[in-house]
Amino acid sequence: MPGLVAPAHAKKKNMTVNNTHPITPQLIADHGINDEEYARIVELTEREPTYTELGIWSAMWNEHCSYKSSKKWLKTLPTEGPRVVYGPGENAGVVDIGDDDVVVFKMESHNHPSYIEPYQGAATGVGGILRDVFTMGARPIAAMNALRFGEPDHAKTRHLVSGVVSGVGGYGNSFGVPTVGGEVEFHPRYNGNILVNAFAAGLAKRDAIYVSKAEGVGLPVVYLGAKTGRDGVGGATMASAEFDDSIDEKRPTVQVGDPFTEKCLLEACLELMASGAVIAIQDMGAAGLTCSAVEMGARGDLGIRLNLDDVPVREDNMTAYEMMLSESQERMLMVLRPEKEGEAKAIFTKWGLDFAIVGETTDDLRFSIHHQGEEVANLPIKELGDEAPEYDRPWIEPGVHNDQEPHLFAPPHDFNVALIKMIGSPDLCSRRWVWEQYDTLIQGNSLQLPGGDAGVVRVEGHPTKGLAFSSDVTPRYVEADPFEGGKQAVAECYRNLIATGAEPLAATDNLNFGNPEKPEIMGQLVAAIRGIGEACSALNMPIVSGNVSLYNETNGEAILPTPTIGGVGLIDETDKMARIDTADEGDVLFLIGTEGTHLSQSIYQREILGEESGPAPTVDLIMEKARGEFVLAAIRSEYASACHDISDGGLAVALAEMCMASGYGMACEIDVTYPHSALFGEDQARYIVAVDDQWADMFAANSEGSGVSFARIGSVAGDRLIINDLIDISVDDMKSCHESWFPTYMAGPAVAEAAE
Amino acid sequence: MIAAISKICGVTPLLAWHTDSTLPDSDLIIIPGGFSHGDYLRSGAIAARAAVMDSVREVAEKGVRILGVCNGFQTLTEAGLLPGALMRNAGIKFVCKEVKLSIANNRNPFTQGYQLNEVIRCPVAHHDGNYFADAKTLQQIEDNEQVAFRYADGTNPNGSANDIAGIFNTKGNVLGMMPHPENLIEPAHGGIDGRRLFEGALNLLKAELA
Repeated sequence: MPGLVAPAHAKKKNMTVNNTHPITPQLIADHGINDEEYARIVELTEREPTYTELGIWSAMWNEHCSYKSSKKWLKTLPTEGPRVVYGPGENAGVVDIGDDDVVVFKMESHNHPSYIEPYQGAATGVGGILRDVFTMGARPIAAMNALRFGEPDHAKTRHLVSGVVSGVGGYGNSFGVPTVGGEVEFHPRYNGNILVNAFAAGLAKRDAIYVSKAEGVGLPVVYLGAKTGRDGVGGATMASAEFDDSIDEKRPTVQVGDPFTEKCLLEACLELMASGAVIAIQDMGAAGLTCSAVEMGARGDLGIRLNLDDVPVREDNMTAYEMMLSESQERMLMVLRPEKEGEAKAIFTKWGLDFAIVGETTDDLRFSIHHQGEEVANLPIKELGDEAPEYDRPWIEPGVHNDQEPHLFAPPHDFNVALIKMIGSPDLCSRRWVWEQYDTLIQGNSLQLPGGDAGVVRVEGHPTKGLAFSSDVTPRYVEADPFEGGKQAVAECYRNLIATGAEPLAATDNLNFGNPEKPEIMGQLVAAIRGIGEACSALNMPIVSGNVSLYNETNGEAILPTPTIGGVGLIDETDKMARIDTADEGDVLFLIGTEGTHLSQSIYQREILGEESGPAPTVDLIMEKARGEFVLAAIRSEYASACHDISDGGLAVALAEMCMASGYGMACEIDVTYPHSALFGEDQARYIVAVDDQWADMFAANSEGSGVSFARIGSVAGDRLIINDLIDISVDDMKSCHESWFPTYMAGPAVAEAAE
Repeated sequence: MIAAISKICGVTPLLAWHTDSTLPDSDLIIIPGGFSHGDYLRSGAIAARAAVMDSVREVAEKGVRILGVCNGFQTLTEAGLLPGALMRNAGIKFVCKEVKLSIANNRNPFTQGYQLNEVIRCPVAHHDGNYFADAKTLQQIEDNEQVAFRYADGTNPNGSANDIAGIFNTKGNVLGMMPHPENLIEPAHGGIDGRRLFEGALNLLKAELA
């Protein structure tokens, strides 16, 4: 049959580059290495590096793996606490929840790949974070996703939303972990650089946690899981660069996910760990084989010798460079007890996974790579792991805005119209379209699904305990005031956990910023970390894991600074927890906190007045804690028939959300100085608690006694939300408006004409 | 599913591996949900050809009760133990939500705990749940009263023909259904409507053995 053989000129460009490829200044620059860094590399290598070695250095020293711009500041975060078993530095943080159980969790970004190829980018982001959790010996029990897209009208947004959401679902659903929470927001500053931050949490026994530190010389280094291909070569370096218009050329650096293999890998790893064969384990994430092997060796003060001829591959003629930098998914590296080798191999064969001894631990502290009878790299392993440059990049203190009094903002012509517009706006409307594509029920332990304040799952094997999860940040606040915005991200997360009746335990941070080489961006990062640290200390939520994603810029324009906080809380008795949707006819409504006043950077300002300006709301951490502890105690004493925190959109939106969730109306009479700021002001540290009529006086007395500001604002009644003579809308009308934006928007054309 | 069965009857079910050539002597065989082999071909297509399915076919022939939920239903249709096929959802997307089911036939161990035409709540979570059969087969299924559950009150989430959510084989000992009754069996799930399906099947077995 003619046409089977492609003409010579149409042959695929040969990707193979020989190890003797000359190291030119251009090649060095292409690896994201600057002159100073290269000089240091030559010094540490004690000669000019080979092509493979240059790739290894670049993989270990890029921003994504080395945190070279942020390390100095990350060290200032509170990371310890009585419940913290492992803080940052391992694959995920580990926190004690009593009864010998620990929760293992982390959040990580997959921003750049998801913009280039939304389905696979998001899917492998989920896969990567799940691996981080089960690498430590924990079975994943919950996932969340914090997603940020460009403005809805931007040509690419709909395509990206569609691809990312199906990618998140496609991986998590198939793997079998319930997605119980997350965020979806839109803003023009993400037009060219979306954010996909994936969170996963797992459950393990305290004495069955595994870490990456290898111990013992001459032990087998074992490769497990899927085969190695060329996908993702250079991915970590790509993730540490700004985007420009050549972005589509980078598609081959995005990995492809295989959730079924990952599920098998999970089961095989847990079975292998239970057999006692594992000494150290590290998943192959960013920079694949390089990063995992170096970390295992460097942490254990051991050298590692690898023979790449034994690495299972799925493509022909792969070079050492490609094998060392491949980011093929669903792979693990382990150091095993030699006497258990046979047993280990049998387990992996049973699960249909590759098992290959690819090297051994040595005592010479060298990272030595052999390929086709030749040593292609020989580098000092400690220096690769620990001597990455650490920069104290110049930064400038972010400016502050003057406070803006409520009377400086125009009131709406019609409060009903304003509220309806806000709850039907892209950032406040229902995310049902998104979460119905995620399996929220798998494993049978989900107690609170997306749509409330936090997702809650039961602790398997325990009769009463549950874990609550929430992911939060308000980027427009961080942009206006990185310090207060950083505090607010932690405080809102704390509040969401409290609102379910959970004691906040700890958090993971995913810091998404622009180019740190710009002093104003670096200033945002520094101030935000300071704010996060202050809030975490005050609210007893240590940061136990995290990830930094810098260079989120396209053609020189940075994203909104977005330090996402993923928080975990513990519910001792799940039958006492509170929900957003359980307010009952006749319940009395209490506002915990004071009248709203702050309209700068509010949803009201943006959606109704068409402006984003002024300062972020300030967070009084002492008040935040006092009110949080009061609400938590009230929930645990079973006073609260329903509870919800007040955040985006203020009091009126929070009440509307409770009405839509329960199906009941509310009749409220509130004291107002300025009606629009009382209804829509985004002052912090506030909650709404619904209390059964018979307990209302006692609840009020308790509030009085504990010194917490509160107001009795109305009761649950009828089928309309009524606030003073300002708001009077039927719950059904609110619902139809709240539910319709997302499906209507997504029904539009996938990609608008004339992209960009 | 394993946890649900343990909670309902107090007995931890035995597990069969896909390469097993024999099955333990059992009263009820359940093929649970999941994405067997990743469903990278058609959903359930590879699982239907697993070695263990030969034994499933054998015991089905002998009248042992078999329940396939979600991917288990897909596997049973691919294996030819139930008629028809499960196509991609009409909306093209994975869908996880609660739907209503009406009981179309309660003269069967699996559904005897429900009233005829009773409407119950039940969650679904699938990408390929759009039940299809050619007109003749569909007529036969209806004539033989093989429909166990139908999506009710306009909640058909996937475009299934005749709102079919679950069907029996002609002998009535094999049930396949897309919804997940095991995720609505205790108050913590927000309801217990799914429980009677399992209790029905297992209680009757006890009565028969007695």
